[in-house]
Amino acid sequence: MNNKPLLTDGMALILSYTPYYAIVTHCLSGCAGNGCTVFSQRTFIIAGQLLMSDIIAARSGTSSVRTLIGEAQSRIGDRVFYALCVLASVVILATIAGILFQLVSSSQLSIAKFGFGFLTGSTWDPVMEEYGARPFIYGTVVSSLMGLALALPLSIGIAVFLVEVAGLNVRTIASFLVETLAAIPSVVYGVWGVFVMVPFIQEKVGMPLAEKFGESIPLFAGPAVGPSLLSAAVILAIMIIPIITSITRDVMLAIPMSQREAAFALGSTKWEAIKIVIANARWGILGGIILGLGRALGETMAVTLVIGNSPYINSSILQPSYTMASVIANEFTEATSDMYLSALIEVGLVLLITTFVVNMLARFLVWSVTRRSIAGGRQ
Amino acid sequence: MQRHDDLIMTEEQTHSDNTSSTPPAETGVKKSDTGQHDAPTKSERLTVGNLGVAFSGNSAIRNITMSFRDGKATAIIGPSGCGKSTLLRALNRMHDIIPTAKVTGEILLDGENVMQMDAVTVRRRIGMVFQKPNPFPTMSIFDNAVAGLRFNGITKRSLLKEVAEESLMKSALWDEVKDRLKQPAMSLSGGQQQRLCIARALAVEPEILLMDEPTSALDPIATAKIEELIHELKTSYTIVIVTHNMQQAARVSDYTAFMYMGELVETGKTRSIFTNPTKKQTEDYITGRFG
Ligand SMILES: Nc1ncnc2c1ncn2[C@@H]1O[C@H](COP(=O)(O)OP(=O)(O)OP(=O)(O)O)[C@@H](O)[C@H]1O
Ligand SMILES: [Mg+2]
Repeated sequence: MNNKPLLTDGMALILSYTPYYAIVTHCLSGCAGNGCTVFSQRTFIIAGQLLMSDIIAARSGTSSVRTLIGEAQSRIGDRVFYALCVLASVVILATIAGILFQLVSSSQLSIAKFGFGFLTGSTWDPVMEEYGARPFIYGTVVSSLMGLALALPLSIGIAVFLVEVAGLNVRTIASFLVETLAAIPSVVYGVWGVFVMVPFIQEKVGMPLAEKFGESIPLFAGPAVGPSLLSAAVILAIMIIPIITSITRDVMLAIPMSQREAAFALGSTKWEAIKIVIANARWGILGGIILGLGRALGETMAVTLVIGNSPYINSSILQPSYTMASVIANEFTEATSDMYLSALIEVGLVLLITTFVVNMLARFLVWSVTRRSIAGGRQ
Repeated sequence: MQRHDDLIMTEEQTHSDNTSSTPPAETGVKKSDTGQHDAPTKSERLTVGNLGVAFSGNSAIRNITMSFRDGKATAIIGPSGCGKSTLLRALNRMHDIIPTAKVTGEILLDGENVMQMDAVTVRRRIGMVFQKPNPFPTMSIFDNAVAGLRFNGITKRSLLKEVAEESLMKSALWDEVKDRLKQPAMSLSGGQQQRLCIARALAVEPEILLMDEPTSALDPIATAKIEELIHELKTSYTIVIVTHNMQQAARVSDYTAFMYMGELVETGKTRSIFTNPTKKQTEDYITGRFG
């Protein structure tokens, strides 16, 4: 009986990470069915979040998982359901283990040759067979975090508007439009980015920034080229806004009316009541952030088209860069030597690990900000 | 101004100026001198005239005309679903946040039309304790107790501490939580949460306190303490309390209003309502024949 909460604990963690494996496999196999993956990722995340919150409850003393498991043994139907749940998580565990094993074993060649230097090396030279993934790690992490930084305030703003301000009709229509954004294939975003967004950003944002601050701030050093880290961040932001928005909206809608009433009855303004709702929804919003980050980190097609694909680290966000997913997509078919192929697969492995680490950090961040009232995360 | 104890709240008295539009039938006791008031007396802090609330066009309460007196507790009784909460929530504009709700009629707070006042101001002056405990789950016990003060821009730590202690004391919770103020509010029991909500409402010192079955989740000891509190608060607050407990209504209130099916059947001094109801429905209800 004792190890069962532990088992669920592990299951929950793994469940909530499954989407990233999905993204990685997705990018490795080079397919582009975005709408559908977004939805399955969302289901996974929500399931994971639910379990997570149960675990939080279990730690704080009100154990719903424990009682559930205790009762599960008493009835046939419950036992069948329990077995199915265990089976499902075992399948997921096995899939993850399989992917990890495959990635590690296929990249043996490059792991053996470069070791840890693969992560720190900045040279990516297929001719000399020298591979270092640092520029790609940098490009992936920075473009995603920038995209998230742009998308998060906007998404929460849109969600607040949809839930707290808009009437039912506006909410329905606007929600539909926002969700439609999530179903647009990323190659369409990419093409739009190349022809519309990139020139716009270069002229209206990049050039003025480089002119004004280029000399003094390395972050904006010119000359402002079109395809750049900034362009990638903007297109990623546009792509993850629907994800974060719709999850935030759903979670905010689920916050009971009595919370708003409690705030209003104390003489709060609308904005203060909204802050209460957002505070209540924070774990769900975190789920949205993690999901959005997952999408951003693994996004391939759109980013490849607008980031400039240049494997060098540059401190300026107005300069081109390269991401892990992009390099895999661009070079996988040209990888003629075994070492080249092995290095690319190791990039995939690093992408997987990066996703892990970034999500862990995001979780830790939110946890440390809100830890004092962790048990209050549930209604 | 509590000299007018013998006056019974009926629409004829308090709203002789606007009763022409109200159907006369429902209201009960009419034993005092009428025509005395062209405007509400000063002791009538809050008066409602011909109040109606409808949800998506379905009327929940209608034709409610009565007043609530300064320094008195008014109990609202009636069977479940008769519209007690709906009436209470109309008083501090709580229906504003429900898009389907439509409020008609008039509510006057010290002669000022509540429907035309700023809703935030109204709610700062008219506090509310809800039927179900609704503490803020993301906040600690302490933060819950002073949440209203913070909404009103008070941040001085020493003052917050002082008010928190004082209001938790009043709501009979202080002894149980004084060593764990930093813990999350959700770590409290349901009854403790309700007392926390009472403390939270008291902390902002409203002029009028609306309590919707505040003790339905409490044990007899805590209930007794809350009733004691109501007695105490009466001297400086106007209290409106919804209750299903006849004994409680008899114990704490000076005036009682009986509602049935969305209408005000009878209103008057608690003693006379309980000993000498004029309507058969009231009598049946308080003697337990229905409801
Ligand atoms: N938000 C709402 N939307 C639609 N109908 C509502 C709403 N709130 C209340 N009602 C309806 O108004 C009527 C009165 O409800 P109310 O909550 O005021 O009853 P009550 O007297 O407080 O009952 P109880 O003693 O059970 O709390 C009920 O028929 C209820 O269905
Ligand atoms: Mg009620």
